[in-house]
Amino acid sequence: MSGATKRRWRDVPLAAVMLGPSLVVLVAFVLYPLGRAVWLGQQRCNVQATKCRSVGWGQYTDVLMSNEFQSAVWVTVKFALITVPVGLALGIGLAVLADKHMRHIGFFRTVFSSTVATSVAVASLMWLFLLQPSVGVLANIGWLNDIFPVIKEPGLLNDKGTALSSVAISSIWANLGFTFIIITAGLQGIPRELQESAFVDGAGGWRRFTNVTLPLLGPTLLFTTVVLTSRAFQAYGEIDLLTNGGPVPQQSTTTVTYLIYGSSSIIKSNEGLKAAVAVLLFVILLGLSALQFRGLGKRVHYGS
Amino acid sequence: MFSRGKYGRGVASIRLVGVSKHFGDVKAVDNVSLDIADREFMILLGPSGCGKSTLLRTIAGLEDPTGGEVYIGDRVVNDVLPKDRDVAMVFQSYALYPHKSVRANIEFPLKVRGVDKVERAEAANQAAEVLGLTPYLDRKPGALSGGQRQRVALARAIVRRPAVFCMDEPLSNLDAKLRAETRAEIVALHHRLEATFVYVTHDQVEAMTMGTRIAVMRDGVIEQVGSPQEVYDTPASVFVAQFIGTPPMNIFPAGALEPGNLLVGGRPEDTTITRDQGVAATVVLVEHLGHEAQVVCAVDDHTRAIVRMNPSDDLPRNGDTVRLNVPVEARHRFDSASGTRVD
Repeated sequence: MSGATKRRWRDVPLAAVMLGPSLVVLVAFVLYPLGRAVWLGQQRCNVQATKCRSVGWGQYTDVLMSNEFQSAVWVTVKFALITVPVGLALGIGLAVLADKHMRHIGFFRTVFSSTVATSVAVASLMWLFLLQPSVGVLANIGWLNDIFPVIKEPGLLNDKGTALSSVAISSIWANLGFTFIIITAGLQGIPRELQESAFVDGAGGWRRFTNVTLPLLGPTLLFTTVVLTSRAFQAYGEIDLLTNGGPVPQQSTTTVTYLIYGSSSIIKSNEGLKAAVAVLLFVILLGLSALQFRGLGKRVHYGS
Repeated sequence: MFSRGKYGRGVASIRLVGVSKHFGDVKAVDNVSLDIADREFMILLGPSGCGKSTLLRTIAGLEDPTGGEVYIGDRVVNDVLPKDRDVAMVFQSYALYPHKSVRANIEFPLKVRGVDKVERAEAANQAAEVLGLTPYLDRKPGALSGGQRQRVALARAIVRRPAVFCMDEPLSNLDAKLRAETRAEIVALHHRLEATFVYVTHDQVEAMTMGTRIAVMRDGVIEQVGSPQEVYDTPASVFVAQFIGTPPMNIFPAGALEPGNLLVGGRPEDTTITRDQGVAATVVLVEHLGHEAQVVCAVDDHTRAIVRMNPSDDLPRNGDTVRLNVPVEARHRFDSASGTRVD
């Protein structure tokens, strides 16, 4: 054994002591629950979940092939396809608008970022006041109801065509503060001289936006996209409060997360199936994040 | 090759008439008037915070003056956008687009102006060749050294063939050796381009070696405008006298060197150590620079004076009491209250 190797082995006990605490936390709160969920996913339990028995790993395949799961995945994908691009575009728009040296701009920044301080429950309740078909604010604007009768009958949240978009709008609104803050920080990281240089060279506002602002926001936008996507895939509160996964029987707002937790979920009383769906969601999200970082990450410029 | 005015008007004298820029109560530039002739290399020199950058940015159109008129050629450009002023700007931080290749960076001003692809590529090739950047055209700025980046910034400025170049401390981020080399390159570029250069710096060596004229600024106003030699030989104030020249001019208190109430100044090379005549002083430091020695003396609690001597001379030692004198013909006299020159 060479001297260097010997020295390395001598460090092992010390290293173990140093790594111990975080290892304990990691195992107790991440690895064990994860492993337990994976294990639970191949079990079938009674309603109280007091007795479980193994039914084989085939349960994962069964869940994967089931109509309920596939429908929930499709609803989730649609939800993400609405909330992520629209949320991102609005966030960029507001952040660029507020990124000016103006009097009282702080007031607007506060307003734009205020939804960060709003809990999902409060935000959803507010949207319920807006969208509720009989006493809601929108339902009492006469001309709007003439153009869109669906607002009153059956109500935006109760129509299978509009329910998901309506929940998506409330979710976009709730996430806008977060997007705004992150993108504002990104904008402030762009050196002012770059904008000024482009300005002297004759680039107008739109050209500066596409040639300087957007490319240099790349890393920020990638981060925001990943976070918004993962939030969309995990959205639960607004769905539970606004639609309960309905309207039935189409289950047009039953996302994968709602399928797992939801109080009116079809599998609400089966712990094993719920665990299987949760593990599959984890796999989907993992794959999605990898795709985003590899696909978009290559085209993102991280500065010199 | 780089005949100017191809994409602009080609008239490049600059006239500032009573230009002010106030930020609230702060008078960054205060009622400045200055004529810059066509094809001149004008240096705006001063310590940080003196308003020189603000003045430059006012010429380029990045700041709106709060008072006065800016003329480029014969037209007032106060309300003219930078792109229509026929001005290019080079920044201290280079301001290169990090996500674009060197070629795309250089072509950008032409692309914005709608110049077609072939012409753009040709102009970029020429600019790159002038600045020795041809091998790096396909690289990103992040893969270049500081000096190369600065040259890309220069190439991006010359590719448009503007009539006026505004440069805001373009060499400050370079190391000393590279700074000296690039200094010479920019002077050569000025000869070649036959354009008007307005160049901001706090480095008096740059000012002396590069400019055809220097405007020395302090607290938002111009203290003196003149050729480097004029500013050195006949500084208009104590401030200018001490800002230009290394080491700075020695200023002796009123009454110390000659009777009366004028401050008397003498350049370190004109100041001599004598046995019997002159101001009494104590040697506090002798610095050996190889080709010369600098003897730092304390005249009183507030006044230091530096004498440049030949290292082979009989040098005084720390703590020695000496007498300092300046020949009458080499003396500069300043009003002791206002600090302005008295001739």
